[in-house]
Amino acid sequence: MKYQSQLVAKPYFIAAIGLFIGQIIFGLIMGLQYVIGDFLFPEIPFNVARMVHTNLLIVWLLFGFMGSAYYMIPEESETELYSPKLALALFWIFLVAGALTIVGYLAVPYARLAEMTGNDLLPTMGREFLEQPTITKIGIVVVCLGFLFNLGMTVLKGRKTSVSLVLMTGLVGLALLFLFSFYNPTNLVLDKFFWWYVVHLWVEGVWELILGAILAFVLIKTTGVDREVIEKWLYVIIAMTLITGILGTGHHYYWIGAPEYWQLIGSVFSALEPIPFFMMTVFAFNMVNKRRRDHPNRAAVLWALGTAVMAFLGAGVWGFLHTLAPVNFYTHGSQITAAHGHMAFYGAYVMIVLTMISYTMPMMRGRAAANSLKSQVVEMWAFWLMTVSMVFITLFLTGAGILQVYLQRYSDAPQAFMVVQEKVELFYWMREYAGLVFLTGLLLYVVSFFIGGKEHAEQRA
Amino acid sequence: MSGTFTKSMARNIFIGGSAFFIFLFLALSFDTVRALPERDNRHNITDQVALGKKVWEDNNCVGCHSLMGEGAYFAPELANVYDRFGKSTEAIKGFIRSRPVDGIPGRRSMPQFNLSEEELDAVAQFLKWTSEINDAGWPPNIQG
Ligand code: HEC
Ligand code: HEM
Ligand code: HEM
Ligand SMILES: [Fe+2]
Repeated sequence: MKYQSQLVAKPYFIAAIGLFIGQIIFGLIMGLQYVIGDFLFPEIPFNVARMVHTNLLIVWLLFGFMGSAYYMIPEESETELYSPKLALALFWIFLVAGALTIVGYLAVPYARLAEMTGNDLLPTMGREFLEQPTITKIGIVVVCLGFLFNLGMTVLKGRKTSVSLVLMTGLVGLALLFLFSFYNPTNLVLDKFFWWYVVHLWVEGVWELILGAILAFVLIKTTGVDREVIEKWLYVIIAMTLITGILGTGHHYYWIGAPEYWQLIGSVFSALEPIPFFMMTVFAFNMVNKRRRDHPNRAAVLWALGTAVMAFLGAGVWGFLHTLAPVNFYTHGSQITAAHGHMAFYGAYVMIVLTMISYTMPMMRGRAAANSLKSQVVEMWAFWLMTVSMVFITLFLTGAGILQVYLQRYSDAPQAFMVVQEKVELFYWMREYAGLVFLTGLLLYVVSFFIGGKEHAEQRA
Repeated sequence: MSGTFTKSMARNIFIGGSAFFIFLFLALSFDTVRALPERDNRHNITDQVALGKKVWEDNNCVGCHSLMGEGAYFAPELANVYDRFGKSTEAIKGFIRSRPVDGIPGRRSMPQFNLSEEELDAVAQFLKWTSEINDAGWPPNIQG
């Protein structure tokens, strides 16, 4: 760690991990409700658990991105952060606002929460992923503005690298696109059309810039490969991301009332979206193979390579699986979608945040460049448990999805939704067991932080 | 990547490529917004349908159901429930009204929302309106 102010990343990462645990617990609750329909009913209805699960995911990933940026920008800019105090204040504001929102979901019926928070003044609630009360959304915007101001001032007074410019572009894009969450017209078709400006253009647009920048940063640090080479790759990857991903938005416009030319545009461009993910995989393995030194933090390198592979599988392969309009006609809004959503979010965004945490935490905790070997071994076990169980969660959901699509939508005698759900129950049970393994991996991950605090890994670099 | 392909060339492709596709996407979005009145059944959006959308959102129905294939996958698709229920808004209202407070033992349950008669009418009209949007023939069949 070169600059004292990089330390503000630490609370962000700790909060991220805490919220991650909460996310998984609610995932498991829902997984059980899938098979034991009245589990925790009416105390925690499924929709409430789902909001908690997905909103915790988004919030902890944002904590992770912010922590990563606070760590990276000073080091890239070769100067202290403009205002560490502001960063810390925003941390607490964001954490308290986030916690209050989750408590709100759990404590009162959603309609009551909407009423209490004045949703009628500016209705933005009740849409998937954007369930937060309007006031929370305004809070998110304020936190983002302060965050971008703080980073922007730091970049301006210091060295400007391609990595920091790409990261900043991604973060500014994230904030700007979020503004579409305030647009909620009465016309459902318009509402849906612009809802994807937030959701798709986040995960298949600007977030990929953030992902690329963090990956590039960690690879520069751990492999010692020339920055010029890595930054050139980064630009090519994010160029492909936006060239394919922006018009790729069309894969969500097939069946929501938009003109039918989107079936062609969406199919063609989204079919190309796996390219940048594939390039990312090639890039990461290439850089590690060409490494000039063996970094002692082997866990961080494993996470980085894991991200590159799993993002390609989850987003690239599982995305491609259902992105062509004639296929999507049958798979739209089925368990296939859920399978893809899980592996893509995990492989790309969960793993990149865990990569950054793995790389930075030892240094922020004064442990030289890496944790003890013992701690790293446990962390790597956690990596494999979480990653392999996520592969199985995806496979089980894909199995459920294929059967669902066949029985409910494709066969000669289509059966009712609820009937089909019962028939594929076995897959949901297996998903739940895989989820328990995932939780075990996550807990082991937390344990790895408490192992071998005293002994440092010997420096081989 | 060979020596002649420089970082600044890569950066220019990024900037040029993104600018071009952002522009194209905005143009297509603009065209879509202009074409929508033909497809989105907007002339039938009454105050009642608008209230129905509010009831839909205020109760987070999308947290269990999908609507035009978007949302959650825990409970039936509702964009065509009006057709599935024999084009009867009364049947939709009856279903929502009759949910037991404590759920149905062992079965995935829908909450009892205690909606007023006005809200029930509105949400049923909203679902009827939704079923009449031209959505390129989705879903594949009546089961949603
Ligand atoms: C906690 C989850 C949940 C929420 C929230 C929810 N539902 Fe449901 N809904 C269900 C389930 C589960 C079924 C299937 C019930 C059954 O078949 O026994 C269902 C069935 C229905 C049906 C009948 C569909 C069919 O094809 O049989 C309608 C209509 C409906 N819901 C409307 C709504 C509306 C309107 C709202 C919001 C005000 C809503 N639901 C909120 C879980 C939910
Ligand atoms: C890391 C990147 C990605 C993430 C995090 C991600 C995540 C998601 C999520 C959560 C959904 C469900 C949205 C909803 O609830 O309605 C979804 C839908 C979809 N994604 Fe992705 N995705 C990514 C990349 C891709 C790519 C690269 C493709 C195409 C190659 C793709 C194709 C699709 C399609 C076609 C749908 C619609 C599914 C449906 O019709 O129900 N995704 N994605
Ligand atoms: C570990 C066990 C997990 C279980 C049992 C679980 C379970 C679930 C369930 C049941 C749903 C709701 C599906 C529906 O709408 O019907 C869901 C949604 C979702 N979960 Fe998980 N989850 C787990 C882990 C995760 C992880 C690690 C991530 C992030 C990488 C994640 C991201 C999501 C997303 C993005 C959605 C929305 C999906 C969509 O709309 O397609 N979940 N999860
Ligand atoms: Fe998408």
